[in-house]
Formats: sequence, structure tokens, C-alpha cells
Amino acid sequence: MAMKDVPDNIFMTQLDAAASWARANSLWPMPFATACCGIELMATASSRFDLARFGAEVMRFSPRQCDLMIVAGRVVMKMLPVLQRIWLQMPEPKWCISMGACACTGGVFDTYAVVQGVDRFIPVDLYVPGCPPRPEQLMAGIIALQDKIKHGGTLNGTEFGKRTQPMGPTPYDLDELIRIREANEQLVSLN
Amino acid sequence: MPFDVSDLAELDAPEQEYLWTLNFGPQHPATHTTLRLILTLDGEKVVNAVPHIGYLHSGFEKLGEHLDFNQYVTIVDRMNYISPLHNEISWHHAVEKLLGIELTPRCKYLRTILAELMRIQDHLLNTGTCALDLGGFTAFLYFFQQRELIYDIVETASGQRFHTSYTRVGGVAFDVNNAWVDKVRSFIKGFAAVHAEVHRLLTRNRIFIERVQGIGYLSAEDCINMGVTGPLARASGVLRDLRKDEPYLAYADLDFKVIASKGGDCYARYLVRMQEMVESVKIIEQCIENIPEGPVNVDAGSKAVIPAKPSVYRSIEGLIQHFEVMMPNRGFPTPKEEIYAATESPNGELGYYIVGDGSPRSYRARTRPPSYVHFAVFPQIIKNHQLSDVVAVLGSLNIIAAELDR
Amino acid sequence: MSTEETLQSKFPAAGLKCSQFRDNRRVVVPAESLQPLLAFMKGDLGFDFLAEITAVDYLEYEGATDRFGVVYVVVNTKTGERLVIKTFVNDPDPVLPSAYSLWKSADWLEREVYDMFGIKFSGHPDLRRILTPDEFSAYPLRKDYPLKGRGERHNFPVITRADS
Repeated sequence: MAMKDVPDNIFMTQLDAAASWARANSLWPMPFATACCGIELMATASSRFDLARFGAEVMRFSPRQCDLMIVAGRVVMKMLPVLQRIWLQMPEPKWCISMGACACTGGVFDTYAVVQGVDRFIPVDLYVPGCPPRPEQLMAGIIALQDKIKHGGTLNGTEFGKRTQPMGPTPYDLDELIRIREANEQLVSLN
Repeated sequence: MPFDVSDLAELDAPEQEYLWTLNFGPQHPATHTTLRLILTLDGEKVVNAVPHIGYLHSGFEKLGEHLDFNQYVTIVDRMNYISPLHNEISWHHAVEKLLGIELTPRCKYLRTILAELMRIQDHLLNTGTCALDLGGFTAFLYFFQQRELIYDIVETASGQRFHTSYTRVGGVAFDVNNAWVDKVRSFIKGFAAVHAEVHRLLTRNRIFIERVQGIGYLSAEDCINMGVTGPLARASGVLRDLRKDEPYLAYADLDFKVIASKGGDCYARYLVRMQEMVESVKIIEQCIENIPEGPVNVDAGSKAVIPAKPSVYRSIEGLIQHFEVMMPNRGFPTPKEEIYAATESPNGELGYYIVGDGSPRSYRARTRPPSYVHFAVFPQIIKNHQLSDVVAVLGSLNIIAAELDR
Repeated sequence: MSTEETLQSKFPAAGLKCSQFRDNRRVVVPAESLQPLLAFMKGDLGFDFLAEITAVDYLEYEGATDRFGVVYVVVNTKTGERLVIKTFVNDPDPVLPSAYSLWKSADWLEREVYDMFGIKFSGHPDLRRILTPDEFSAYPLRKDYPLKGRGERHNFPVITRADS
């Protein structure tokens, strides 16, 4: 078939690219809003900043309808099993944005209860720094994620299968082990 | 005689097998953040509700024992995150009481304006989301636009729009200028129209009233006995307002009313909050026109205060004091005493119990969070209501999970 | 007669220590007289509002003789009078009578003190952990518990991309 016979309103592409294009421009976020960042997430979705301009305004609170999890706020040890369960309930293909310093690294809360970065326990695709990030910054993050999906997404999601490691740092680093040992020694000496 | 199921709730007999249990939260849009309720339902009627909290417990008070009085302000910010500056004002109110520092008149007025802006900000989000949960999206968007204007104001003053960390022991981080004053003036001017519009949208809206009137009743005696304060208590007819009862900052000089209602239900709470915003605007109007000239921080002679930048750069005394306050192993002496100090936060009585041990860190920094006490009331007031009323009552109680769990 | 004097004359044997710092009026009461004193304040003196119950661990406090201090802040809503009542308890078995029968607001406040410090309140209807998970075994606000915990925060399974 000669290309010149194709009418103007038909264009050719790869199936992978078409699927990624569609997915990138209709993200359905699952706002896992635990703390302050959740309010900025609300601000991003409401009047002044209007997330709808980027096709990501359909916040759904049921994980089964979503494909983008935005972890907004600190996750503590009581909440982490809930987060993991919600992540597992989301259908593929799915992505995760870790919004704010607390979700990325624990932020200012280096305490006994706060998980030092959700990426230790679930895969994270994109980190948005800030405490909390401004709405503009979250939007920049969503645009960057759209870019990531467009350049590397496949129709059947095989790109996820290759990632067999959690994408963040290893769950137990050396510092942590030393800290635990010191704490245990302290405990023994007290008793 | 009608069959009352609530009598059966105490028994665990097979007769009540038709009661079923619903897990509500911790990740649910109407809980706003991370509350969890185990509801026992008879059809749609709530027979019993057991709250489970702690899904955002992040060790604030433990951190308070490891950070000094100026550093901890960044943490208290994150406690009631819909009115962050008010937490800072409360915290430094308590610290200054412990250290015995009397603020300058300009700082008092400035902090009063900011505190009232935060009250407006808190009530805006609360009434907005309360309407949003009941299906009124427009009011939420209108009010959020006003919140953005307040964000602009605090950003002009402090450089950050959300967690400002603006107050310091004995003053604030930077003084404000005339451009800021103009911003506050223009906000007040525009706010009345939006407030009136939302009033027209909601206050006599049949759908809204049907959802909130007579729901979640709390009597005045229960309020006092269960420790409820703030707009919730005033909506039940308890005339307690720390701004009047134990005046702090500039409230003693100002003319304002304490808003109260006898209704005690969700509708009364909504009305009290709406009217309190009007009173707050009045307070800001009085303050902004009478804001005194002069220094904003107390004299650097008291060793606890960060000196002004010119004196740091130009004098050796200023430099030494800056060094003393800022370095982690230095600091200022504090009395070996304990103090409880409370302010009227947008949510109720926000108190701090500080134990000083002579070092610039508090030995114990306890917060008395209003949300924590208010959420304990929830199981009682939701009993025998419909499942859909859970959302209305949660919205009107204004539970902030970070303040609840700390 | 001020409230402190009334309390002194009502409980002469208890050895109440009254003091004032800034505007805080404080009464230190021995643990065994706490329950009658609170009941008297609620019933006869009209202190109908319990604002706060909290505790302090004095393990590392210079010159402290007792381990835990428990603080009650009570308010008379008619007169606006505010009083801070403090008592001390010690290891190995810190127990205090519950104030739940007097003020219902004591319910969650006492549960929090139990959760954070391990001080038990006898007579409390439902003394469980409230903020930390049920399986948590330490009392985090005690001074011998490290700020960064003992690794509880990282004791979870990891979900990788391949699992999900």
C-alpha cells in the first residue's frame, strides 16, 4: 500500500506508543493522602492550579479504579501495611509518586514510628521533594511521569517485569543495623 | 412496643447476627486523612462505633525533647496542618511564658493578625470540605480560592506558603512591610463577598440543611464533661473562649464577640464557624489599622532572642549572641520549671505542657491537642444515626489526623 | 479562701505542696490522696472541666527523686479558675486511680499516658494501646527508649515490582 493513499486523518504508530500515549494523558490518581501534603494535593486539584489541565484530575478513592498512587505525607509503622495492601489492589499498569520529603525519606521525622521512605517497601517511580512541595512542583512531577510513561511504556506492561528489586535503597542499611545494635546494648546495660 | 436494637448491642447472642460490621478507613476520602472506624450497623443505622487511631503517630513529642525551642517550631507546624501558623504561635506563647519574655506591642499585633488569618483558613477548609463531603463542590472551590490568598499573605511575610516556621522565641523571623499590610487589606475587602456568596449557597440550602440539622447532637453538659472546647463547645452553648477568658497577645485591647449557638448539632457548628470568620475579619481590621511601630523582636538583652541581622554583621555582641543561640552545643539558660499554657486555636484549646531542665531544649514538650479530645466524643454522638451521617459528623468535628495522633 | 487553702484544710494529712509559677497554680499531691482530692474538686469546688492529663518521665532530670510525674489540668468553667495537679508514681508497677468516673475526657487521655509511659490506671474501662500498634512492646516516651526506636519502623515485608 502506498503511503500517499492514506487520508489525512489516519496516522501510523506503534501499538506500544499509542497505549503509552493514552495512559500518560489519562492518569487516574489514587490520593494516599496522610498528612500535610494531602492539603497541597487538594490545592493542586482545586481552583487556582487545576490539575485537570494535565488529564489527571479524576481522583478515585477506590484503588481498583486507579493507576497512579500519590503517597502524600508521612507513612508510619501502623499505616504501612495499609499502604502495601492498597498498592497490591491497584491493577496494572500502575505507577507511584512519592510526594514530599516524608514519603521520600522520612523528612524531619527521624523517629521511632515513621518509615524512612516508602520506597523501602513499595516500588516508587518518581520522587517529588519539598515539605510540602508546591502545587507547581507536583505538576512538574506529573508531567515528568507522563514523559516516563510515554518513553518506555509497553502495551502489555513488560517493562515492569524486569524490575525485580525495590527501586529505592536497600531496606536495611548499615547505619540502621548499627543503630539497632546500639539500642539493644543500651537496653541490656539498663537492665 | 418498637424493637430497640441498641439494647441488643451489649449481648453477644446469635440473635444479633443480622448486625454487620463495616470497616471505615483508614484510607477513605471522608475521613480526610487517616481515621479508622469499626462501625456496627443494623441496616443503615449505626449501632456502635469504635474509633481506631494512631495511623499517623509519628513521635512529635519525642522529637520535642531533642530539638531546641526555636527548632521545634518546624515540627509543631506539621501538627494542625490546615492552620500551621497557629501552632507556632501557641508553641512560642508557651515557651515565652516559661522564659518570662514579654513581647513587643508590634509583635503582639502581628501575631494576632496571623492567628486570626489562620482561624479563617482553618474554618474555610473545614466548612468547605464539610460541604464537599455532602455533595456541595462549589463552596469548596470558592473557599479554596480564598485559602490561596491567605497562603499568598503568609508567603509574603515568611517566604513559605505552607509550613512557615515564622515565629521565634521573643518575636518573628522577619518584620513585615507595607506591601504585606496592603495584601491583608485587599484580602479583607474581597473576603466578605465570597463569604456572603457561600452563605447564600449553603445556609438556606434545603439539601444541605437536611443533611446536617439535628445530626450529631452534643449537649452543653457533655461538652464540659468530655473536654470539648472551641467552636464545637460554643455551638452547644458553652461560652468558653480563651481569647476572652485568659487574654493573650493583643486580644485584651480588641473588640470582638464570642460566637455561640444553642443548637449543638452539625448545622450549629457550621453556623458558628461561618460567623467566627466574620469576627476574625473584624479583629484583623482593628489590628491592621492600629499596628504599632517599633521593633518586632524583644530587646536582644534577653539572651534567648536571635538578634537582628544588622547587629550581627556590625557588632561583636550581636555576633556572639547569634552564635550562642544558633550553635547546637550552646544556647540560653531556661528555668528549671514546668508550665502549662494554652491558646484558643481554630479547633479549640491548644495547650502545651513544657518541662524546662535548664538547657535550651524542653525536657518534655507535651501538646494538648483539641482534635484528640474531640474524636473521643464521636462514638457517643454517632449512635443511632444513619451511615451517611458519619460523614456529616466527621466533617463538622474537624478532626486533623496529624494533630490527633502526633 | 483560695482554692489551695480549701484543699489544705480539707486534706491536712496529705501534705499538699502548693506553688505558683507565672500564672500556673500548682498543687502536688501524693498518689494515695489523688482520687479523693480530684473527687472533692469535681464535686464540691466545681472544677467540672478536665483539660489535660499527661506524664513526665524524670529518669534523667537533675535532682528528681521519683520516676514519673502525672499532671492533671482542671478548670472551673464558671469562674475560669485553672489548677495544675501533679502526683508522682514509681517503678516497677506505676498505677494510679482512673479519673474516668469523674470526667469522661479522661478516657482517651489516660489511654495515651498508658501507651506512651506504661502507667496503668486502675478502674479505667478500656485500657488499651491507642496510638502505637497493638503488638508494640515498648513505651516510646520513656527516656530510656531511643528517639529512633529499636528497628520497629523497618520490620515489614518488601513489595517489589515483580510481586505486585
